[in-house]
Amino acid sequence: MKLTDEELHELAAKQTALGELRGTPAADPVNVPMIRHWLAAMGDENPAYLERGLAPPAMAQVWTMPGLRDRPKDRSPVDDLMAALDASGYTGVVATNCEQVHHRYARVGEVLTPATRFTGLAGPKRTALGVGFFATWTVTWYAGDDEPVAEMMFRVLKFRPREKKPKREPYPLRPAVNQDTAFFWEGVRQGELRVQSCADCGLPRHPPGPLCPQCRSANRSYAVASGHGSLYSYVVHHRPPVPGRETPFVVGVVELPEGVRVVGNIVDCPIEEVAVGMPLRVTYRTMDDELVLPMWTPGEP
Amino acid sequence: MSGERDVLPELSIDLTPTLVVSTALATMDPTPVHHDPALARAQGSKDIFLNILTTMGLVERYVTDWAGPAAVIRRIDVRLGVPAYAGDRLSFTGKVVSRADGELTVEVRGAVSLGDHAVGAVTLTLPEGEDPC
Repeated sequence: MKLTDEELHELAAKQTALGELRGTPAADPVNVPMIRHWLAAMGDENPAYLERGLAPPAMAQVWTMPGLRDRPKDRSPVDDLMAALDASGYTGVVATNCEQVHHRYARVGEVLTPATRFTGLAGPKRTALGVGFFATWTVTWYAGDDEPVAEMMFRVLKFRPREKKPKREPYPLRPAVNQDTAFFWEGVRQGELRVQSCADCGLPRHPPGPLCPQCRSANRSYAVASGHGSLYSYVVHHRPPVPGRETPFVVGVVELPEGVRVVGNIVDCPIEEVAVGMPLRVTYRTMDDELVLPMWTPGEP
Repeated sequence: MSGERDVLPELSIDLTPTLVVSTALATMDPTPVHHDPALARAQGSKDIFLNILTTMGLVERYVTDWAGPAAVIRRIDVRLGVPAYAGDRLSFTGKVVSRADGELTVEVRGAVSLGDHAVGAVTLTLPEGEDPC
């Protein structure tokens, strides 16, 4: 069940109030084969342990790990809270702190019993991984009835993983990008409306092309338009259907103060309010992960 | 408190897959991300990585390698950082930061190529005359 942040804190307070809950005693007493195996794996050549019949202190938790065998799960004040955090969207987990206090070394032959108490929940806090709660608990390992041998404080961050943007379906239509038009689409990518102009006589022209219709020069340049314009003419397209588009939509011819007219969709405007002469400004629509198209929306003159 | 004798010799450990898997076994931890590369990658990890019990064991080993068999570990406090993946190398550095009444506190840093895997402090006691410094 999804809990609010307040309810999570209430549950945490309840779990803390449960105090220390005893778990199942270790399946095996502290023993030489497991110590020898651990020392070899760690590359630890300290002779003190095997010579004196003592367990390496950092092994405390190892004696009560369930391993591969299914053992009846201990009642723990931690599990309910972790489940509630998962259900509330804080599904990520990463350990942040582990602090061990060793009262003495466990001796070969002793059977350790763990006991767990929940000690605190802090959050929600903003972290590099996402917003989350820090949950802290302590496990104490007892030898015999009530002699604590080791304690371990463990803190984890339960975080809400950042949402990955769902990949968009590719938009089925692509503009024709070629030597003549590449500058225009590069401008769109950068949020600029570029209008081609003649590098010799300065005449602006659109759509872009290789030659100046006035002076026949092949020297091309462009200017960045203000992005404002007015609706010169339009049609409302009802059918046939257009892949990737919902009908009806408006195709307009927009007159720019820079001296050219461009074709584009009129968006963010009820169709019945579209009118010749209306002021427009350019807007950029992300169609899929790669394609951005310029469109026109009602704007200040 | 800042003489060269207070600085622990470095210890560099190659995190071979064998080390990652054998320490997972020795710590009774069958969680697949510590031995199954395909599953670890499916969960977004680069490879299998050390479990926390092993990190604590290696920090303990690093300090007792230096302090000698007479040392008695009292506390190990570790702040956990980036994962220690198979194929990487874990390099420990450390220095004594306090010494009083036979009790030493050693600051330890365990770095991998991605940054600090574990940063912490180990407190230990030594019988009189056994101070390694």
